[in-house]
Amino acid sequence: MSEGASTKIGEEGSDSLRAKALSCVRGDKMLFRDLNFALSPGQAGLVTGPNGVGKSSLLRLIAGLLQPFSGSVDTPLSIALCDDRMALDENLPLAIALRFWAKLDGKTDTDCMIAMDAVGLGHLAEVPIRYFSTGQRQRARLARTFLSSANLWLLDEPANGLDAASVELLGKTLQAHLDDGGMILAASHIALPIAFDLKLELDALEPVEASL
Amino acid sequence: MIGALKTLIWRDVRQSYASGGTWLPVIFYLSAATLFPFAVGPDRDLLLQTGGGILWIAALLATLLPLDRLVQPDLDNGLYDQLIVRGITDELITFARLISHWLAFGPPLLFAALLASGLMGLEGPPLVTLLASLAIATPALAGLAVMIAALTAGLKGAGALGGLLLVPLAIPLLIFGAGSLADQTSSALLFLSAVSLLLVAITPFAAGAALRAVRE
Repeated sequence: MSEGASTKIGEEGSDSLRAKALSCVRGDKMLFRDLNFALSPGQAGLVTGPNGVGKSSLLRLIAGLLQPFSGSVDTPLSIALCDDRMALDENLPLAIALRFWAKLDGKTDTDCMIAMDAVGLGHLAEVPIRYFSTGQRQRARLARTFLSSANLWLLDEPANGLDAASVELLGKTLQAHLDDGGMILAASHIALPIAFDLKLELDALEPVEASL
Repeated sequence: MIGALKTLIWRDVRQSYASGGTWLPVIFYLSAATLFPFAVGPDRDLLLQTGGGILWIAALLATLLPLDRLVQPDLDNGLYDQLIVRGITDELITFARLISHWLAFGPPLLFAALLASGLMGLEGPPLVTLLASLAIATPALAGLAVMIAALTAGLKGAGALGGLLLVPLAIPLLIFGAGSLADQTSSALLFLSAVSLLLVAITPFAAGAALRAVRE
């Protein structure tokens, strides 16, 4: 599928994110081509562009869930991905469901509490997730992301379904992560209340006609 | 790595027992065993002769029941993606699934087999052989279930396809498993053990490759 030996993902151990001549193909469509960018510790990047242009694919590619068609990504050692799926047991109370990830990430119940408070869900710790509203579900996803001690946070539409106060709260946590030397790459249509050092605008590529 | 494995297994086992899905194969198994004497009549000799084989067929069919809950929900939920992002490999995920599924499937099935053999009038050495053959085969049946669930994840009509896939793959188990019932020596059980070990050994790799293919 990939062309050439340049495809090399995860030069693990580096402390910054660096994409070199990155291209992505899904199905038979090229989503983006020759993307170059870098994020250093403490920096945030914003990916914008119309629906279907490949923002989510870019984040999944950096997370190691997709292979690049060509090019390479050097990623920091640990990554957290927040996309549109919960990855939390619906039938369990939030605190118990988060504990599963806390165990895998080597965190304690106190860390779970802090993560839930960071998204304003501390009072719902004992409520099963299936009763959550859209906004609360999004905040639970964010809590799961904040719980991991990853350097790089990949956030796919993190403010979807959040009210103004929650977006404000989200901004505070993101800023604290950046101040700690973390990195953020977010794809968002909703303005996030942090300063972005990098703006990446993806445009739909002209379909290349097959020439005979 | 070992810690992650334990956490994954514990989560799955707890979920299987909490959702009550664990008892579905047991109830199915007992119903099948109950129906059989109605179908062939209460002839004691006939039941003794064929009962073991029927209980083996029922075990294969019971393997199919949990297929849709093994991989698909966690795949849809994004659980596997989150594990991969944390550097946990597909093989480790499916290995954990194999162990957790066996823990939720094997012991209850053996318990059901013990009850059902009473309905067939099986006792003494034939009963011991039946339970031994099922005990040896349940890890392989769990492995087949995990492999088939991973292979058919994301497909429409995965349940029916799963049934079709299981039949050919389970033939060696059935031949040596049911064969051991009439075998005076233990050679059939040894062959059964070999087949079972092979299926268990390839499960993490086959199912892991299937998960990787689904993600692309």
